[in-house]
Amino acid sequence: MPQRYLELSKVSIEFPTDDEPFKALDEIDLIINQGEFVSLIGHSGCGKSTVLNIVAGLYQATTGGVILENKEVSEPGPDRAVVFQNHSLLPWLTAYQNVELAVKQVFSKTKSASEMKEWIEHNLTLVHMDHAMHKRPSEISGGMKQRVGIARALAMQPKVLLMDEPFGALDALTRAHLQDSLMEIQADLNSTVIMITHDVDEAVLLSDRIVMMTNGPAAKIGEILDINLPRPRNRVEMADNPEYNHYRHEVLAFLYEKQRNPADKEAA
Amino acid sequence: MKEQVFKTMASIGFSWMIPLFRLITLDEPKKQSRIISDALFLPTLAIILFLALWAVISSNIHTSLGQLPGPTQVWQQGINLVDEHLAQQDKKVAFAARQEARNAKKLAANPDAKIRTRVYTGPPTFIDQIFTSLLTVMTGFLVASFIAIPLGIFCGLSNKLNSALNPIFQVFKPISPLAWLPIVTMVVSAVYTTDDPMFAKSFVVSAITVSVCCLWPTLLNTTVGVASIESDLINVSKVLRLKWFTHIHKIVIPASIPMMFTGLRLSMGIGWMVLIATEMLAQNPGLGKFVWDEFQNGSSNSLGRIMVAVIVIGLIGFMLDRLLMTAQRFVSWDKNAEIR
Repeated sequence: MPQRYLELSKVSIEFPTDDEPFKALDEIDLIINQGEFVSLIGHSGCGKSTVLNIVAGLYQATTGGVILENKEVSEPGPDRAVVFQNHSLLPWLTAYQNVELAVKQVFSKTKSASEMKEWIEHNLTLVHMDHAMHKRPSEISGGMKQRVGIARALAMQPKVLLMDEPFGALDALTRAHLQDSLMEIQADLNSTVIMITHDVDEAVLLSDRIVMMTNGPAAKIGEILDINLPRPRNRVEMADNPEYNHYRHEVLAFLYEKQRNPADKEAA
Repeated sequence: MKEQVFKTMASIGFSWMIPLFRLITLDEPKKQSRIISDALFLPTLAIILFLALWAVISSNIHTSLGQLPGPTQVWQQGINLVDEHLAQQDKKVAFAARQEARNAKKLAANPDAKIRTRVYTGPPTFIDQIFTSLLTVMTGFLVASFIAIPLGIFCGLSNKLNSALNPIFQVFKPISPLAWLPIVTMVVSAVYTTDDPMFAKSFVVSAITVSVCCLWPTLLNTTVGVASIESDLINVSKVLRLKWFTHIHKIVIPASIPMMFTGLRLSMGIGWMVLIATEMLAQNPGLGKFVWDEFQNGSSNSLGRIMVAVIVIGLIGFMLDRLLMTAQRFVSWDKNAEIR
């Protein structure tokens, strides 16, 4: 029986504006189990990132709240590591030093210096970045930067890994590589992940559940789709899998029939 | 080995000399001579044209102190000024030797004799004045930077602090140094009263005036630099729960270094200009006083000597800016960034 690991309970948020407050999210309820991979999908501006930022503690919900392992989330912390869309590595530190900054912050009391070094190298190896550990972000490609960003997040041993369109800025081939890497890592570590994505294939391939959000303002959860595909999943085999295509169809139907892009509506 | 040397040269701002060295060591001589002719030909041509224009115009202007000096006369005066300095140095050495001999003689006659050592009090030469000015501007600049950088970081971090102090900064920024000078002079005279002063009062007045004018560009640029750090990097710091000090030295300072240096370079430029004006007005030792003294002196050589001073002032200002550029190259994390 999976326990309630992470719970979003009636989360609403309003942002102050010059006129009346702008309500971005309206009573989001979501329960996520340990080791589950959940994707949030929806049109731009529907408040996906806001949900993630509330879980991260970077925003405070106006009403409702987030509970992680029986404790309410009130501020950001390394137990909810974030992988940002544009990697957000510190450009003046090497890949190793970027991960080190996080590791020192979390483990300086529990690990010795040599254990920390080993742990940093282990995490960089996990994302296949051991060959370029001592390079600065400006010296490596976009995909490699994102790998280091993931290594930095994993190295904090977070209770939940929050990923904000982690592969959105990458080309299709690099994206596929990184998705495969992420699946391997997740199979190894059984981490709990919330990922925001725009990409229907990515959502179906990676997730245990896909949370589809309605258009804002006052966005809600529209539908939740369970993905019961066996793991490990192979993207080439999946292309011919009728079940996979069925899930894809469901998500596409939600996005393009039930919740049309607000920009299209205006045009029509 | 050679490449290493070139790298060091480039990092301290001598990258323009590299092709010359490569040419001498016959490293792709054709390519190097093309680079040199591209990089050196036009500036040299411009300088020659400028000198020619100067010579023509000056020969047609007659002042009460005689003809306006052209490049050759100014060059001659430059050499004279250096000679005067060397002569003064010789006198100084001779004075010290005479004094020592006299004292030794006294001691030989009577071992208990009181010995007085006097400092040589010849007039400061042009070269002495250069060093006085450099020392003053450096002191004023350093004092200003030590105040402006931390204060700028605090203002950049806190919107409230910034909105509280910014109006004051904005009003103080455009005040001319000459307006500050009487106040600074009076305050220093009132407050800085010791029997055995470590620094001359005139030095303190000049340095403080420079500081007051140097503060603002560094302060305002640092504030903007800190306030405009990418929000993602701030979020990283929040997620990691970095301690305040770690946040400052791992994220805030490296991110705002370029803006900080823009401010420092503006400050140094202003400080140098302010110093010369201050020295002229307050008759404090330095290049400004040299210019003013020559103007009052009004000999037939004065204009030429003033022009030497003007050119030296320009060259030193340029050198100070280069010095800061080099410093920026050393502390900046982005070694590939083009620093202009």
